[in-house]
Amino acid sequence: MRSKNLLGGAAALVSASLLFAACGSRTEPSAGSTAGATKTAKVGVIAPLTGDLSVMGIGIRNSVDLALKQANESNEIPGWKLELAPEDDQATPDVGANAATKLASDKDVVAVVGTLNSGVSQSVQPILNAAKIVQVSPANTAVSLTKGADEANPKRPYDSYFRTCATDAVQGPFIAQYLSDTGIKKLAVVNDKKPYGQGLATAVAAEFKKLGGDVVADETVNKDDKDFSTVIDLMKAKNPQAVFFGTEFQLAAPMSQQMKNKGLNVPLVGGDGVKDDKYITLAGAKSEGDLVSFPGPDVDTVPAGKQFAADYQAAGFKDGWSAYGLTSYDAGKAVVAALKQSLPNATDASSARQATIDAMAKVSFDGLTGKVGFDQFGDAITKTMTMYEVKNGKWVANKTASVK
Amino acid sequence: MTFFLDQLLNGISLGALYALIAVGYTVVYGIVQLINFAHGEVFMIGAFGALSTWIVLGTVTGGSTAWWNLPLMLVGGMVVAVLTAVLMERFAYRPLRNAPRLAPLITAIGISIFLQEFVRLFFGEIPGFPDAKAAIPFPQIDFFTGDPVNVGGVLVHRGNFFVIGALIVCWAFLWWFVNRTATGRAMQAVSQDPDTSRLMGIDVDRIIVVAFAVGAALAAVAGVAHGLRYGNIDFRMGFLAGLKAFTAAVLGGIGNINGAVVGGLTLGVVEAMATAFMPGQFGGPSWKDVWAFVLLILILVFRPQGLVGAKVVDRA
Repeated sequence: MRSKNLLGGAAALVSASLLFAACGSRTEPSAGSTAGATKTAKVGVIAPLTGDLSVMGIGIRNSVDLALKQANESNEIPGWKLELAPEDDQATPDVGANAATKLASDKDVVAVVGTLNSGVSQSVQPILNAAKIVQVSPANTAVSLTKGADEANPKRPYDSYFRTCATDAVQGPFIAQYLSDTGIKKLAVVNDKKPYGQGLATAVAAEFKKLGGDVVADETVNKDDKDFSTVIDLMKAKNPQAVFFGTEFQLAAPMSQQMKNKGLNVPLVGGDGVKDDKYITLAGAKSEGDLVSFPGPDVDTVPAGKQFAADYQAAGFKDGWSAYGLTSYDAGKAVVAALKQSLPNATDASSARQATIDAMAKVSFDGLTGKVGFDQFGDAITKTMTMYEVKNGKWVANKTASVK
Repeated sequence: MTFFLDQLLNGISLGALYALIAVGYTVVYGIVQLINFAHGEVFMIGAFGALSTWIVLGTVTGGSTAWWNLPLMLVGGMVVAVLTAVLMERFAYRPLRNAPRLAPLITAIGISIFLQEFVRLFFGEIPGFPDAKAAIPFPQIDFFTGDPVNVGGVLVHRGNFFVIGALIVCWAFLWWFVNRTATGRAMQAVSQDPDTSRLMGIDVDRIIVVAFAVGAALAAVAGVAHGLRYGNIDFRMGFLAGLKAFTAAVLGGIGNINGAVVGGLTLGVVEAMATAFMPGQFGGPSWKDVWAFVLLILILVFRPQGLVGAKVVDRA
């Protein structure tokens, strides 16, 4: 079924490009005279819009939508109208691949923001790269997506891939440093065996050991697990002072609750995937004191952040922007900035694809998460991280630091 | 030693949850030889029914979590679950009563998907109800979710008291119901020979409905136990729990009520022990399902009738 879809997609792509080649040559002479007409370019979003992680996926979609709407309102790119093309990946690699194929075969699509999960990006990257569509992820943290599998000899696998969030290589050490600074000597580490959770947990454990700490337990859970009693007992036997859990909020919340119900009263520490208000709702009052790290400065402290919050409110979205709203908005802005360079010289959206990739590499502006721009691997140049703590049922920022 | 007791308790309470659901598979199978794969969804709907009851009560009590909410939630959950199971039997299974064995099985899978999606899409549409597309926090009833209780050096999560207590009460009730009431004896008769039972004046259709209802009521209790123990419920929770409970029923000997309880407890304890004590690379939480299913395969190979022994069904 899937290969059939791929085939269909490829066929559509070929026929679309043939059609375009024909169109292009015929309309070119009159292009100058019809400068007033508005052309449409689509920006795809691939994120989980249904399922457990839909809260985050919908936040991504809405934030990108806001960035595009603002660009249209201020007529950022004269003669062009930007349109959102959201696709659901259900946080599943093969669904994500189908979504990417669908977007790649749409001749109007010039850029894609997504995905949420590193695991999904692994299957989306090659498809978008083959179609020369730039991809900006607001949420992928797996190092290998930009630097390849071999950490010692980093090699960029896909030129079309960029991201606005910090990777495990930045976040892991930040968390380890923070824990070490607050006097924690014994840390238990758990992960959910997905690329994101595993990568981050490994990075935290490695740095924590380097800083002289003791990783007393290293456990894994299954992503469908509901009952963590035994894992908690295994960790409890080692008396950790904190538990780092590499996962997303829907597993971290019950883990926190069950830890405390079983008398393991130490903070649960998570990465960016845990920072959602839903975590506090699900984990309940006992989540007090739990910690998460998140890329970028605290939204309440930057003036642009307040503006974003107000604009988001005004746009009337039904759901909040969740964990990745800020990086997604920056990703949307980055796409607009790149399109500003590539679209005016293009006759149609699909011919601007390669130019958009080239322009993306040079993007530079002040975004919500700091300076937005990309290094030679496509990673965000801003490496600011903030640690948040649950206080009185709310995430409160308690330390922001820049990581080398 | 404490660590071992901890694990035993984890296993028993997890197993008690499986057992409560497994009874539903076994009772229905014993009577109509149907594996009702939608039973996991009845469990899920029981939990949502209890949650709904609490939300509706909350409009009067302002979201109180006092202990007296619990019996009302249990009743609410049971009513919704039993209603679902009875409707399911009436409209999906009864028309297929004499169809080939495969047809009701596929229907069961269809109902399972239907119920999941129904809850996912429509639960949040009811005014005042939370969106069910992601996990929803389950009300934390005071007594059962406070700090752990120290019983002889073992810290016990209070939700465990509920699930183990519920299993004992339900098991005792079932024993009384099946052996001491006219309906229960009629159930035994139908499971032995439906045609002769009919000739003896037993309304077989009614007995089948009773079997579905009993299973659903216990599944609703399990749904509440799940909510109290894990703190949240979601529309997909029935799938894995149902699969494990089905395994438990087969393990104990499908068709046998005591078998379902023994199978459930065995499965829970094996999972907990394998996680905690299996050494090296093959231990830990990731492998617990592997060991649980290895056990199932061994039982099926060496003792196909299950641990306790299934009723031998002899039908033309």
